[in-house]
Amino acid sequence: MRRVRAISIAVSLVALAACEQKKKEAPAPAGQPAAQQGAPAAGAVVLVGHVASLTGNEATFGDSTDKGIRLAIDEVNAKGGVKGKQLQAKPYDDQGKPEEAAIAAERLIVSDKISVLLGEVASSRSLAMAPKADAYHVPMITPSSTNPRVTKDAGKTRPYVFRVCFIDPFQGTVMAKFASEKGIKKVAVLRDVGNDYSVGLADYFLSKYKELGGAIVDDQSYKAGDQDFKAQLTAIKAKGPEAIYVPGYYTDVALIARQARELGIKAPLMGGDGWDSPKLFEIGGKALEGSYFSNHYSYEDPSPRIQDFVKKYKERFGAVPDGLAATGYDAARIAFDAMGRAKELTGEAIREAIEATKGFEGVTGIISIDGDHNAVKPAVVLEIKGSAGHYVATVQPDAPAGATTQAQPMPASQTK
Amino acid sequence: MTEFLQHLANGLSVGTIYALIALGYTMVYGVLKLINFAHGDVYMVGAFAGYYLGQLLGTERAPSVVKAALVTMGAMAICGLLGWAIERFAYRPLRDRARLTALITAIGVSFLLEYGFQLAPLVRSPIEFPPGPSPRFFPQLLDLGEPFEAFGATVPRIDVLGFLVALALMLGLQWIVYKTRFGTAMRAASFDPQVAGLMGIPVNKIISGTFVLGSALAAAAGIINASSRPKIEPLFGLISGLKAFVAAVLGGIGSVPGAMAGGMVLGLTEEYVAGYTSSQYRDAIAFTVLIVVLLVRPQGLFGKGQVEKV
Repeated sequence: MRRVRAISIAVSLVALAACEQKKKEAPAPAGQPAAQQGAPAAGAVVLVGHVASLTGNEATFGDSTDKGIRLAIDEVNAKGGVKGKQLQAKPYDDQGKPEEAAIAAERLIVSDKISVLLGEVASSRSLAMAPKADAYHVPMITPSSTNPRVTKDAGKTRPYVFRVCFIDPFQGTVMAKFASEKGIKKVAVLRDVGNDYSVGLADYFLSKYKELGGAIVDDQSYKAGDQDFKAQLTAIKAKGPEAIYVPGYYTDVALIARQARELGIKAPLMGGDGWDSPKLFEIGGKALEGSYFSNHYSYEDPSPRIQDFVKKYKERFGAVPDGLAATGYDAARIAFDAMGRAKELTGEAIREAIEATKGFEGVTGIISIDGDHNAVKPAVVLEIKGSAGHYVATVQPDAPAGATTQAQPMPASQTK
Repeated sequence: MTEFLQHLANGLSVGTIYALIALGYTMVYGVLKLINFAHGDVYMVGAFAGYYLGQLLGTERAPSVVKAALVTMGAMAICGLLGWAIERFAYRPLRDRARLTALITAIGVSFLLEYGFQLAPLVRSPIEFPPGPSPRFFPQLLDLGEPFEAFGATVPRIDVLGFLVALALMLGLQWIVYKTRFGTAMRAASFDPQVAGLMGIPVNKIISGTFVLGSALAAAAGIINASSRPKIEPLFGLISGLKAFVAAVLGGIGSVPGAMAGGMVLGLTEEYVAGYTSSQYRDAIAFTVLIVVLLVRPQGLFGKGQVEKV
């Protein structure tokens, strides 16, 4: 009797799983790449998994990264692929939800049998994916998750997780350093309490800025999705800060900037790479003029390595690549470079090859992977003028004494 | 002092929105004893209706008072229709079933609207519908110029206008409920639908009318909110709707002046809590205050204590 019941339960579970599978395979949302068509016969193909927020509140993050990865794959394929095999992208949408990101990662690894996993942009989602990569021994490279815990958990480096961007302790100090060199003495902080990235960045900014002699006059918080920030901003205004540090995502920052200006706050806002999206300017409008944010690269950098990438990207997608497109491109290229160097295309061999990456010439800087699986490279500070981020300074990571800022001349004539 | 006044202005601006949405909850509860959980999403649809109408009329290129009025009234009409349809097709067939059934249906309608609006666009021209999950910029309906300043507090003119429009709508509703035949019938239906029916009141029509009225007010709230905070996305009605529901309960569910007062009290409490204590605990502290109020006055601020007749 009992066994009959157990069997029937098992059968229904399997049926359920099958349904689930089918549902996931349903047509992908708009904006899903068309790169999967015309793929060569199976066997000769190496699958590259990508988990991204192609829809959801932070949809431009996933979309840009995906475009960067597709560009990198096409380039490698045009040159004969990796070890004679063609590469094929396998992007899954996580709708901007950590739990969906974990499911997508598991599905890519277990049922699609990908060789390497790319993604996510948001640290909270990469944190959900990282344990899967470790458990199944598939190397994962996150293009732009900057929270330290993504690659290092409880003091131990995750063996299979890497990143090609700088980390928040550095990004936070970049802005602190920049603010103090600009002669800004009093800063207020407004952070998104529900977001690992925002809280981390605010903390690192705070400690470095205080160390440099600046004063934090207020520390307020909000929750992603809030509509009204005026209570916090009114309190901040009363403290009279010379700048406000808002290390959130573009969706909220745009409204925060608008409401700050409505309250008559003239101080510039400062933020991190989470600001980098065309939507920021669409919603924020003029409110963001004169504000600063740290980012992975500037499309205005005159060096040929960057201009070459910008040109190719523009030709292919008709838009200027944002920072996330650049990190996506770099993440993919580092993965393919490592696969080329690996003895064979197993998780273990690719992992070792990625770990050995030294001096790789990426668009976002010369990338070396350090012992904690982080990329050591500079950050840039951009100023918002005319609804676009313009290059102001590069901040180098170096001696523990702190970063150095070198102001560089604005590159001549830029077309957007 | 300046800070205090600024918080007052901010709180009233948010409270107005809660109050307008709360009216819909309270009216529907009054006649049907049903919590219409889809109401917060009707508010969201109102903002999107305004967004699409604004696009069709080209308000972004040339904002004008006439166009703003057209957009607002158009959105109210669309949501009125939506409210009618929700009642007719989702709630009326279940009216004689257990009350829990209708409540679950309400949650279902809410999810239908939220996730339906997150689908990738099926229609691309002349408007992209459904809008999909990415946030969108709500076009400026009116160009009112620099914010208004008084005693050091700055208030955007659009907020002042929004407050006045909301006030006018609430007074209009008060007039409808207490001075018209429809209002009298509505109050009768709310008192006892069966007896009201026996007295020759078309109860079904009155209930439909209540939904239309409440949904139109939610649409107005959507437009006022989006004009002031121009970011709209399919999930933004969720939290506002929930808070407005709390405002309705706080004011005394079923009471029209109570919903207005409840909305304002909630908006101001949130504002002052965030402004003077820790913004991290804004919702926690604001809602604790509400629990305390309800412990002292379980029927809400304006609710009438019900006498159980045996």
